[in-house]
Amino acid sequence: MIKDLFLVIISTALVNNILLSRSIGTGVFTKLATDRKTAAGMGCAVAAVLAVSSAISAVVYNLVLSRLNLEYLKTIIFVIVILIVSAIIAVIIKKAAAAFYEKAGKYIYLTVTNCAVLGTALVSVQNNFNVLTSVAAAIGTAVGFAVVVAVFADVRERTQYNDFPESFKGTPAVLLTAGLMAIAFYGFTVFA
Amino acid sequence: MKGILKRFYCGIIKENPVFALAIGLCPAIAVTTTAINGLAMGIATAIVLVFANVIASLLSKIIPQNMRVPAYLIISAGLTTIVDMLMHAYAISVYSALGVFVPLIAVSGLVIGRAEEYACKSNVVLSLFDGLGMGIGYIVALTLIGIIRELLASGSVFGKAVMPESFEPVSMLAFAPGAFIVIAFICALHNKLMSVKKGAKKADDGDEKEVEE
Repeated sequence: MIKDLFLVIISTALVNNILLSRSIGTGVFTKLATDRKTAAGMGCAVAAVLAVSSAISAVVYNLVLSRLNLEYLKTIIFVIVILIVSAIIAVIIKKAAAAFYEKAGKYIYLTVTNCAVLGTALVSVQNNFNVLTSVAAAIGTAVGFAVVVAVFADVRERTQYNDFPESFKGTPAVLLTAGLMAIAFYGFTVFA
Repeated sequence: MKGILKRFYCGIIKENPVFALAIGLCPAIAVTTTAINGLAMGIATAIVLVFANVIASLLSKIIPQNMRVPAYLIISAGLTTIVDMLMHAYAISVYSALGVFVPLIAVSGLVIGRAEEYACKSNVVLSLFDGLGMGIGYIVALTLIGIIRELLASGSVFGKAVMPESFEPVSMLAFAPGAFIVIAFICALHNKLMSVKKGAKKADDGDEKEVEE
């Protein structure tokens, strides 16, 4: 049992990394991962929202929605769960790290519109995970997300003064970097 | 009328959601393995986008400023559920190919972004056409990416083989890394074309000034 959960965590964090191989939530790349500090902070904030809200969503889906045959309401219910969780986490960040909130507060809602959070909950449902496996998958995905965003911001910081051709500056350079990182992560599929 | 045409031009070319604004990227990367998937995803998103824009514009006076994003999320989640169930009923093969990305339209940055940045500040007609323009721009973008990836990864377009037998498929383009790279190149081409156009405009202005002098 524990071995299975461990495998789920490894698989969601590395092999099926949400950003680079499932490519859910890639919007965060081009918008947030600009410098190391913001990216680390936001990566952790999204990961926290992601882990908590997917876990709650899994519980709600398995214990309430599927018993009442209301599966088709999953999108709306999950969105509401995510909204509540992210509002709570925004308050916690405001209390605990006021300086960071000043800087990144306006991005908190961007984490909600980040597909990664809803995506994780939906993937768990699609794969018919039970509650425990869903929680493990949520934790694994959150770790994978935070790691990739942090590494990616690092790569961007090192390449930002590189001599790109004029038309490749901005989004295309970011996407190319992401593509090369995705090829690197593709190597993890040997574990699958 | 001019405003409406401008919304179409902005949505499809100048501010194309994928290539210029870089929003709604995650379905653009994940589902565009074939042209037909890209087209279907584009249409589904466009439908939600148009209705969400209209509703957001109608409700702009009612929704308080700080509740906008949550309200738009609930609106788009409701619309997405409708589209999800319709696709499940009438287009089951495409629906299962798109998988988790149909319900994910609910949190698409494209839908929320347009409602937040445009529809809540504009009247209903302009918001409707902004939704249509952006929606068509998104359909064009996803179909284009789908065509390129399908052509190079399996030598066919819309399921019909078009490449000669000797063509060696680039199988990497069927996976996520390929999508990132294809979009990067189209994006760069878009930047280039837009900057050439801007350059031409500047040159024209310069010429006129010289004549005047």
